[in-house]
Amino acid sequence: MTTSFKLNGKSIEVETAEDANLLWTIRENLQLTGTKFACGIAQCGSCTVHVDGVPTRACITPLASVAGKSVTTIEGLSEKKLSALQEAWIAEQVPQCGYCQSGQIMQAAALLAENPSPSREEIVNHMNGVLCRCGTYLRIIKAIERASTSA
Amino acid sequence: MNMPSEQNNKPKLSRRQFLTAAGGVTFAVAAGAMGFKYFAEPGKNKKTLPDQEITAWVKLNPNGEIIFYNPAAEMGQGSMTALAVIFAEEMDADWDMVRIESAPVEPDTYGLQWSGALGGPMLTVGSRTIRGYFQALRHAGAQARNALLQLAAAHWGVDIGQLSTEPGTVVDAKGKQRISYGDLAALMTDTETSIELREIPESAWKKPEEFRLIGTDVPRRDIPAKVDGTAQFAMDVHLPGMLYGSVLRTPVHGAKPTLKNETDIRKMDGVLEVVMLDHGVGIVADNYEKALKAKRALQVDWSQDAQAQGYDSEAAFAKYQQLARQTTADSRKVSESGNYSGAMRGAQKTYDLEYRNDFLYHAQMEPLNAVVSVTSDKKSAEVWVGTQGMDGSRKAVADALGIEFEQVKFHPCYLGGGFGRRSMSGYVEEAALLAAKVDQPVKLIWTREDDVRYGAFRPISVQRMQAGVDETGELVAWGHYIAGTGGGLLGSAGKCDYYSLPNHRIEVRNIDEGVRTKHWRSVSHGANKFAIETFLDEIAHDLGRDPLNFRLRLMREHPREMKVLKEVAQMTDWGNAAIPEGRARGLSVTDHGGSFAAGVAEISVDEQYKIRVHRFWTAVDAGIVVQPANTKAQIEGGIVMGISSVLQESITFKDGAVQQSNFHDYPLLRMADVPEDIEISLIASEGAPSSIGELSLPLVGGAIANAFLSLTGTPLRHIPFRPEKVKAILNA
Ligand code: FES
Ligand code: FES
Repeated sequence: MTTSFKLNGKSIEVETAEDANLLWTIRENLQLTGTKFACGIAQCGSCTVHVDGVPTRACITPLASVAGKSVTTIEGLSEKKLSALQEAWIAEQVPQCGYCQSGQIMQAAALLAENPSPSREEIVNHMNGVLCRCGTYLRIIKAIERASTSA
Repeated sequence: MNMPSEQNNKPKLSRRQFLTAAGGVTFAVAAGAMGFKYFAEPGKNKKTLPDQEITAWVKLNPNGEIIFYNPAAEMGQGSMTALAVIFAEEMDADWDMVRIESAPVEPDTYGLQWSGALGGPMLTVGSRTIRGYFQALRHAGAQARNALLQLAAAHWGVDIGQLSTEPGTVVDAKGKQRISYGDLAALMTDTETSIELREIPESAWKKPEEFRLIGTDVPRRDIPAKVDGTAQFAMDVHLPGMLYGSVLRTPVHGAKPTLKNETDIRKMDGVLEVVMLDHGVGIVADNYEKALKAKRALQVDWSQDAQAQGYDSEAAFAKYQQLARQTTADSRKVSESGNYSGAMRGAQKTYDLEYRNDFLYHAQMEPLNAVVSVTSDKKSAEVWVGTQGMDGSRKAVADALGIEFEQVKFHPCYLGGGFGRRSMSGYVEEAALLAAKVDQPVKLIWTREDDVRYGAFRPISVQRMQAGVDETGELVAWGHYIAGTGGGLLGSAGKCDYYSLPNHRIEVRNIDEGVRTKHWRSVSHGANKFAIETFLDEIAHDLGRDPLNFRLRLMREHPREMKVLKEVAQMTDWGNAAIPEGRARGLSVTDHGGSFAAGVAEISVDEQYKIRVHRFWTAVDAGIVVQPANTKAQIEGGIVMGISSVLQESITFKDGAVQQSNFHDYPLLRMADVPEDIEISLIASEGAPSSIGELSLPLVGGAIANAFLSLTGTPLRHIPFRPEKVKAILNA
């Protein structure tokens, strides 16, 4: 099947099997590997991308469902320069292994786009679906708070 | 590609001790008091280093860039930056000019300090990296600095004694001249000056008060690539023509597969190969989703004769309990001293309690994967993998293909978590076996379900604790019997050198069940320290003693550990703090790899019987700390993983098979359940650096159980403390 959609601002067309999935298409066909696979069942959030601005678990998203829509990945969040959120992530030295962090940042970016200065409770509620085995949660909260006050 | 390494800059050296190299100067490391290997032992290095007699840690380019070769895996612990900091400190390098690349996988040269000398495996385990390279890298840095001083002295024709260094620069105070390291390197490439690589005694290294990098918060070099998505995990590798692999593995460890529908599978869309393995069936396809589809369609009969057949972890507790209770059994002694039996008999009062823990899964966030490419003559291969055991993985690929170690080109990638799981190399071997069947590279990806079901777990155990106290409430006898399945992983942390327990006996009793167990962050410390610390509080509680004073009394001969415990008591204002209604605090301590920590948890129990950890404090003595902020991040991460494991995580077996499969039935701690605050105090020390990554996790079980005992008067004796268990205990 041919699917047309916008990926990081550019219109693209991909040729895949009927049942192709968004995550594997992005990662393997299009080789944008910043978006991670970790559970495949919408339990961890490592694969989070934005579909028309909404944080979405790519691992359970059929490719066909994004036809005509706009998909943003971590690569698209920072094409020219790092966003304030990513700068805050560096300032707080958030990542450990780093594997969950694209998903964390994409999830957080969607929050700040909606709500530029969230309370701690709002941050926790919004971020709770994204797992971090290395235990960086407290620093993630600090980074979001830093980005929200500097925004 | 943003990899922790660029192997194309591998240093090439000739026989002289300090040598010119095209475009740069490479400093070798000389033998030191710590037994560091410098010269190749005749015959030994020949195999791995065919064209060089010595190898190097650092290269200095004429543009002033200093390339440091990192020998350790970067799995989130930050050692890639920390090791470079240690070297740069003694070299007196300008940190901004330091670049980090992975060292070649040549363990004779770059292997960890193992039983005294470097040259052990290139294995990133046991929180050994900093302590295992600290002395050697300081010496190497001091030698590199000295070599630059010699160069400058020769260049200016002055006595080396009148030279000193400032970061990145040699200074001649008397002659009022200066030259940068880069300019020296440029000079070196076109002179024939011969420089001696000298032994630099430790007395000539920097004093701790002279450190300007060690002990400051140098930002981690791996972090920028981890916030823009460019960090290269093996999962992210793309090669021209690359194919995809998936493996269906036996649900019962040890069972052998018989494939019933190979012909049909081979006809499936995209399927290129079906590979029979000892423990499963592999698929190679031109697309990962197609490989998964073919894997789901496999019809396999598994042999019914595996040792693990029928294993039931719930039912097994009764066996381990019986084994722990036997007065004599086939045991491995962890420690014994004094007259334990006599002291038990003579005690005024005795205690005899049991603690349990379930199996735990590593749950590293990046599922196992590897990319292997085998040449069409099948005589050489390349591998891209995130592994804790670099030479082990390289060897696993060589052995799987029946080729020499040197014929495997190895590309270390970032690890999306290790925690012990990536110290095994079975997944790399699988990738090699699949790649051997085709002429293109293969990326083998485990699904999360694969990763859980074919996990290798922290062992299950029953720990029987016995103690005797005299009429003054002094502990006079101590017994600890650890029974379960997991051999050496069960009880190495039973020993508590920081407590005065003159009459003690600590034993491990193992039943081999044929299920897979493995080192899991902190190994036996997690279960052992939980039992020890909870048992101590139960005794203190019974005697009406304060848990802090009870422990301080036991530490009377151990001032270093006492200081740490007092520090956490001060941080929490132990005994005097106003604790919010409905909450209580609990204390615990642990050692690990030369370090010592004490922790306090503040908890409550909600209406759904869920334990909530509101705050956590810890004090740590880990010797000299190279990167304080990163050290705190590791300690924080250990506490979070500890809370997750103690409150939620459990792997169970039925009919020999793992019952869990993904994060819905193996839940990890989420953001809503982390403490509001984790406060960490690093105690200033000039002691040798010691363990950090696995130090804090073992504090958690005891601290939470002890807070629960204080809150409810009821003990918790079985990890994990899930709501259903807490409910049953409180309503009993
Ligand atoms: S990989 Fe999509 S939520 Fe886990
Ligand atoms: S940084 Fe390792 S899983 Fe989040």
